[in-house]
Amino acid sequence: MNIHEYQAKELFDRFSVPSPKGKVASTPKEAYDAAKWLAVNNLVVKSQVHAGGRGKGVFKNGFKGGVHLVESPEGARDIASKMLGETLVTKQTGEAGRLVRKVMIAESVTIKKELYLAILMDRATGKPVIIASTEGGMDIEEVAEKTPDKILREFVNPLAGLQAYQVRKICHSLGLQTTARQYGRLLHSLYKLFIDCDCSMVEINPVVITTDDHVYALDAKFNFDDNALYRHPEIQAMRDTGEEDPREVAAAEYDLNYIGLDGNIACLVNGAGLAMATMDIIKHHGGEPANFLDVGGGASKEQVAAAFKIILGDKNVKGIFINIFGGIMDCNIVAEGVVAAAKETGLSLPLVVRLEGNNVEAGKATLASSGLNIVSADGMDDGAKKIVAAVS
Amino acid sequence: MAILIDENTKVLVQGITGAFGARHAKLSLEYGTKIVAGVTPMKGGQKFENTVPIFDTVGEAVKETGATASAIFVPPAFAADAILEAADAGVELIVCITEGIPVMDMMRVKATMGCSSKVRLVGPNCPGLVTPGHGEKSHGGCRIGIAPGYIHKRGNVGVVSRSGTLTYEAVWQLTQLGYGQSTCVGIGGDPINGTSHLDVLKMFNDDPETEAIIMIGEIGGAAEVEAARWAKENCTKPIAGFIAGATAPPGRRMGHAGAIVGGAEDTAQAKKAILAECGIAVAETPGVMAKTLLEKWGK
Repeated sequence: MNIHEYQAKELFDRFSVPSPKGKVASTPKEAYDAAKWLAVNNLVVKSQVHAGGRGKGVFKNGFKGGVHLVESPEGARDIASKMLGETLVTKQTGEAGRLVRKVMIAESVTIKKELYLAILMDRATGKPVIIASTEGGMDIEEVAEKTPDKILREFVNPLAGLQAYQVRKICHSLGLQTTARQYGRLLHSLYKLFIDCDCSMVEINPVVITTDDHVYALDAKFNFDDNALYRHPEIQAMRDTGEEDPREVAAAEYDLNYIGLDGNIACLVNGAGLAMATMDIIKHHGGEPANFLDVGGGASKEQVAAAFKIILGDKNVKGIFINIFGGIMDCNIVAEGVVAAAKETGLSLPLVVRLEGNNVEAGKATLASSGLNIVSADGMDDGAKKIVAAVS
Repeated sequence: MAILIDENTKVLVQGITGAFGARHAKLSLEYGTKIVAGVTPMKGGQKFENTVPIFDTVGEAVKETGATASAIFVPPAFAADAILEAADAGVELIVCITEGIPVMDMMRVKATMGCSSKVRLVGPNCPGLVTPGHGEKSHGGCRIGIAPGYIHKRGNVGVVSRSGTLTYEAVWQLTQLGYGQSTCVGIGGDPINGTSHLDVLKMFNDDPETEAIIMIGEIGGAAEVEAARWAKENCTKPIAGFIAGATAPPGRRMGHAGAIVGGAEDTAQAKKAILAECGIAVAETPGVMAKTLLEKWGK
C-alpha cells in the first residue's frame, strides 16, 4: 500500500522525524491559508499523486510542472488553482495521468547536502537493515552498482533494537560532524516509526542538510506490510483507492488477489505460485498474460463468478485460461461458478479450462453440459497451447 | 525413512476447533496420520471427533500424549504466540500453516527461536508436509497441513517448494508417471520463514530413501540460489528445478508476501540461469517438472 507525501509528513510529525513545515490543501483558498500560516516567502506547491516525476510532469490543461516554487500566499493560491481538479501526466502515470485532488504547501529549504537513508526488512537475515549513503537525490540502485563502497548497511538485532553505537558508526562513515546529533535523532525516530507502523520499507531520498545546518527528511517512500494493516486503522485510513487500479480494488472486495498486466490472455488460477507459473507458461507458448489472479485455496462459487467479471472488465482480453488444481477445493464448485458467470455476462470469448483434482469428473460434466463453448485441456501445457492458439 | 516425519510421528494440532483446523485435522485422521492431541485455550477436556483429546496448553498436550510435531492453524494475529508456545513446550517440529502473519511478528519469532537448534519451524504460510503411506492412495502416511493426501504415492523423490498448488502440480505429475515421493515439504511463501530450500536439500541428501529431488522456487529473495550453490558442491542426487514468476512485473507483490522482484539478480531468469550453472535440470515450463527430473535421473 502506498501513501501520499502529505500523509508521510503526518507520520513524520507523529514520530518526531524532522521535515520542512507544511500543510495539505484541497482548494486554492486552503492553499492561500496554508501559505499564510507558514509565514515564510520561500514556498513550494506540490501536487499529491502516487507517482514519481511530478516536477517534470505536464497537466492535461497545458500547465507545466506538478511542483512549483512560489513566494507569497497569493502565488500559492494561483498555482494551486491550476493544479487542483486537473490531471497530471508524468513518466510514471502513463497517458491517462492522475487527477490531482490535493496539493501540499511547504516551506522550501536551501540545500547544502543530500543524503540517502532507508530502512527495510532483510529477508535473508530476518532483521531490519539500515541503508545509508552520502549519495542522496540519485537513483540508489545505480549508486550501488557503480560505487558499492558508498552504500553502508547496518543490521539491527530486532530484540535489542537500534543501538547508539550503530548510529554513531553511521554518522562517522557519512562524515557528519556538526549535524551528527540531529541526524542521529532523525535515524532513531525513523527506526521507531519503521517498527511501530509495521513498515516493510521506508526510504528517504534525500535527507537534506540545509545551508543553516538543519537536517530534514525531504521526500519519503513508504511500503507497509499488508498483513499487519489490521492493527493500524490509522494507516489503513490513508489508503486512496482513487490512485489504485479499479480492478484491483474490486478484486480485493472479494478477497481475490488480482494484478492487471498488458497482455490479452486472462488467467484465473488457484494458488499464488500456480498463478505465476500459469502466466509464465502462456508467455512460453507465445502468448501474453493479461493478469495475475489467485482465487485462493477455498474459493466459493460467488468468488469465482466475481473473478470472472473482473477479468472480463479488461477490454484487452481476447481469451481466458482457467487453471485449477483443486487439491482440497471442489472442482465442481469452480465449474458452477464459471458457468454461472459465463451465462450472466454472455461470454463470447474463447475459454480454455484445465481442471484437476478433487471431484474433477463432476466439474468436467458441469462444463460439458452447460451448452457453452468451452475447450477442455489436459494438463497446463496443453491448456496454455490451446488458449494461445485460440487468440492468435 | 523419509525426512522430518513418518507414519509413527505423533502430531498435535493448535487451533483444532476452528473451521480450517478442524477440517484438515479430520482429513489427516482419515489419511491415517497419528493426530494425538488438539490445543485450544479454554476448551481443554473436550474431544475432537470423539477421539482426539483437546488441551488448554501445548505443554500439557505434549506431556500427556508425547506429541513431537505440531500443526498450527490459529488466526494470523495469534500465530506468532502459538509458534513460541510450541517451541517452549519442546515440540521438535512446528509446522505453521497460517497465512497472513505480520512480518514483524515473524522477525521476533525467528530472533527468539534462533537461540535453539532443537526446534525446527516449517512455514508460515505453507501447505505443510506429507510423507506418503504404503496403502492405497498413499493412505497410512503422515500428513501435516493442507495438501491433498490422495495425489501422493510412496516412493523416492523428495519435493520442496514455496508454493502449495505448484507442489501439488509436481507431485501429481510424478504420481501419474508412476514415481512416488519420500517426503514433500512446503516451506511457504513468506519473506521470513523457518526452513529454507537449503535446509530441506541437506536433509534429502542425507536421507537414504530419497533418490532424486524436485526443488520449486519463485521470484523474491536468494534462497533458491543459496540452495543451488550448496548442491553444486555437495548434493549427490539428481535435482530438477523450476522458478515461477518470469512474467511478474517488478515491485509488485505476487500473492505471496515474499514474491516480489527486487534487484536485477532477483528475476526468475537470473535464478534459472544460476540453477542450471549448478547442475540442476531446469524445467522449461511448470507442465514438465516431473518429466525434466526423470530425464536428469536417467529414467
